[in-house]
Amino acid sequence: MGKKAIKIALAGNPNSGKTTVFNQMTGTRQKVGNWPGVTVEKKEGTVFKHGREFNIIDLPGTYSLTPYSMEEIVARDFILEGKPDVVIDVIDASNLERSLYLAVQLRELGCRMIFALNMIDVARARGFRIDGDKLSELFGVPVFFTRANKGKGIDDLLDAAVFLAEEKSAADEARKVHYSRDIEGAIACLKEKLEAYTLKDFPHDYRWTAIKLLEDDEVIRKRIETSAGANSPELMATASELRNRLAQKFGEEPEIVMADERQGFIAGLVKEVVKASSIKRVDVSRNIDLVLTNRFLGFPIFIFFIWAMFQITFGLGEYPMQWLSAGFDSLSEHLSMLIGPGMFADFLINGVIAGVGSVAVFLPNILLLFFCIAIFEDTGYMARAAFLMDRIMHMIGLHGKSFIPMLMGFGCNVPAIMAARTLESSKDRILTILITPFMSCSARLPIYIVLAGTFFAAHAGTVIFSLYLTGIVVAILTGRFLRSTILRGRDAPFVMELPPYRVPMLKNLLIHMWDRAGMFLRKMGGVILVGSLVIWILSSFPAVPESAYEPGLKQIRAIYAQKIAEAKQAGLMSRVEELRRDKAAAEESLRAKMERRQAENSYLGRIGKFIEPVFSPIGIDWRGSIALISGFVAKEVVVSTMGVLYAAGDSGTKALGRVLRQSGVTPLSGLAMMVFVLLYVPCLATMAVMTRETGSVKWTFFSVVYSTAVAWITAFMVYQGGRILGLG
Amino acid sequence: MVLSELPEGASGVISGVGGDMKLRRRLMEMGITCGTPFYIEKYAPLKDPMELVIKGMHISLRVDEAAVIAVDEGKEPVCEDEQ
Repeated sequence: MGKKAIKIALAGNPNSGKTTVFNQMTGTRQKVGNWPGVTVEKKEGTVFKHGREFNIIDLPGTYSLTPYSMEEIVARDFILEGKPDVVIDVIDASNLERSLYLAVQLRELGCRMIFALNMIDVARARGFRIDGDKLSELFGVPVFFTRANKGKGIDDLLDAAVFLAEEKSAADEARKVHYSRDIEGAIACLKEKLEAYTLKDFPHDYRWTAIKLLEDDEVIRKRIETSAGANSPELMATASELRNRLAQKFGEEPEIVMADERQGFIAGLVKEVVKASSIKRVDVSRNIDLVLTNRFLGFPIFIFFIWAMFQITFGLGEYPMQWLSAGFDSLSEHLSMLIGPGMFADFLINGVIAGVGSVAVFLPNILLLFFCIAIFEDTGYMARAAFLMDRIMHMIGLHGKSFIPMLMGFGCNVPAIMAARTLESSKDRILTILITPFMSCSARLPIYIVLAGTFFAAHAGTVIFSLYLTGIVVAILTGRFLRSTILRGRDAPFVMELPPYRVPMLKNLLIHMWDRAGMFLRKMGGVILVGSLVIWILSSFPAVPESAYEPGLKQIRAIYAQKIAEAKQAGLMSRVEELRRDKAAAEESLRAKMERRQAENSYLGRIGKFIEPVFSPIGIDWRGSIALISGFVAKEVVVSTMGVLYAAGDSGTKALGRVLRQSGVTPLSGLAMMVFVLLYVPCLATMAVMTRETGSVKWTFFSVVYSTAVAWITAFMVYQGGRILGLG
Repeated sequence: MVLSELPEGASGVISGVGGDMKLRRRLMEMGITCGTPFYIEKYAPLKDPMELVIKGMHISLRVDEAAVIAVDEGKEPVCEDEQ
């Protein structure tokens, strides 16, 4: 058709069903990313309908367009600068009055709008009769009733968008909110000055800009400063004088007065549009809450749900995880048979496949966790969880919702950090992300099992439990410390809606789950792959040449060939078997010796020796140091690296324990090592996800340095303190 | 009297909103403005935060946030079911 694509922005309150409308419009053809420069999620989708192309952008759900939160700034800027052809405001019809506050602000922006009165069935069931025509007339905006969960009314919205996008007229001035006389006077005065002083192509609506200046809107003030240039001081002076005059007159900040007047306008409008019938209704939601946030039952039920989520994520997820891991194992086995030994095979199998495999195995966990979280969010239970937990989390300076990511951290830090997305304030989110790694993840457990099992046999359980507890204590202290230093400031207001319980839509749950999974694979895959390759290179070079095996191997073969021949001659077949086994064992032990030489001689080994002085005050030798460095990639690697370096021969836990003891590791240094493992960076995947979720390398760097420092200091106190007490 | 002093099940009308700008704006966005009737649905099991019913909407806020909201108790019974 050659016609331009129509750009539609979806605006609306949280819980208004905006995401459902978006999912219904775009189906699976959506792209999830971040808005540039911030960690607010951006969803976009392109659809073809009626021969037209629609570009649909889901704005963050907000209650208002004040510049106080990232979400609101992002939404407002998109409408101002992204120049959507049409803005569809998705309104929860059963909550019309509250929803119209955002609508009024959108209206003031001067964009072309459509109202989608969503969940109209719920509103009707609750006894509200909404006069759509009247609302449309009073607001000067087309109004449609939708039931997004059933897909009803969605096409009407798109049709109306086409119609509106092609209409050339600007929004109707007369339909905007009118403030009281003094305020209107101030607006008119500022508007005039703005028209005179700013550049010809000033991008915003003048009336709106004047209103924002009267509200002392920081973002707009800065923009005026650039646009009005030399005239801006005078403009600002006028604005601040007008503000003062209004403040004196009303005895209140102008922004509060204006917000109040908007609410008044809305209240009047709602009276005309909505008829509430006196149907006595049974409020299902309230009844559910009588149980779920009950004084006595609330916590036990919450704990049960969390337990169930944990079980599903890590218990149920264990099976596909094993299948995947077995799949990767057999893949590398087949490949190694196919290619044969050599540098390339080693690179492919131990570098590429091991690297990708180490990430891919988390996929089932992530899918399941996000499925559960999506259920919590879409039913409305997440808000109740925050309601229950807020008191406790508030003590660490966190929001009630931070509890879920922190708890998931005991399973795996990667999905846990991604779960921090449910937090609205970016400060809360960053703080949660920074303290989550102190929750001891499941990959660290094997290390505790080896060390605690070896050195604290009978008390291993107690020791491991104390480690988990130490992690929690460090997390709490870190939370309080960061809250009072670099992440200072009153926490964002907790004020939050407890939305009515709803039956979640499977489609929404699945889309949510796939979004996360795709994001995880795309973004993490690259980083992990590179990181694993670096470690592979460091540990494989300089290589001990194959030929170094030759003399030893020849010797073994020669000795056993002779012995076996002798035994055969003597007809002792059982002796022959025994000798064959011995031969295999001798070859194996030679291989282990060579591996150890390789590890010691490699760049990684040299690094280990080089930094040994750093670790010796906490009782860890160069071999332990290398194991810990390899643990930056993944904690799963630590035990196997120790196996190689201490030359346990076979990889069994008991054997490793034995050689650890023989090589001079004491219970005290074992404990120090466990403490270090508990507290330092979990793994490369965590670092990657952290960078992505905080939106900058800066926080990841901070976290790595901070947690490693905390780990070292704590381990130092344990080791040296223990020595002073004579425990070493 | 301020909102945080009232027990579960109390109702009344909001007579003033204080606090810092950020909190006031937020409260206002949620419809907590002068003259609005409210009903205290419940306190969380640990006594903080509290749940409020305003204009048919359930809102949770911390007790220290409720302490900036001035109220007149019992002016009007607004429990939704009694409307």
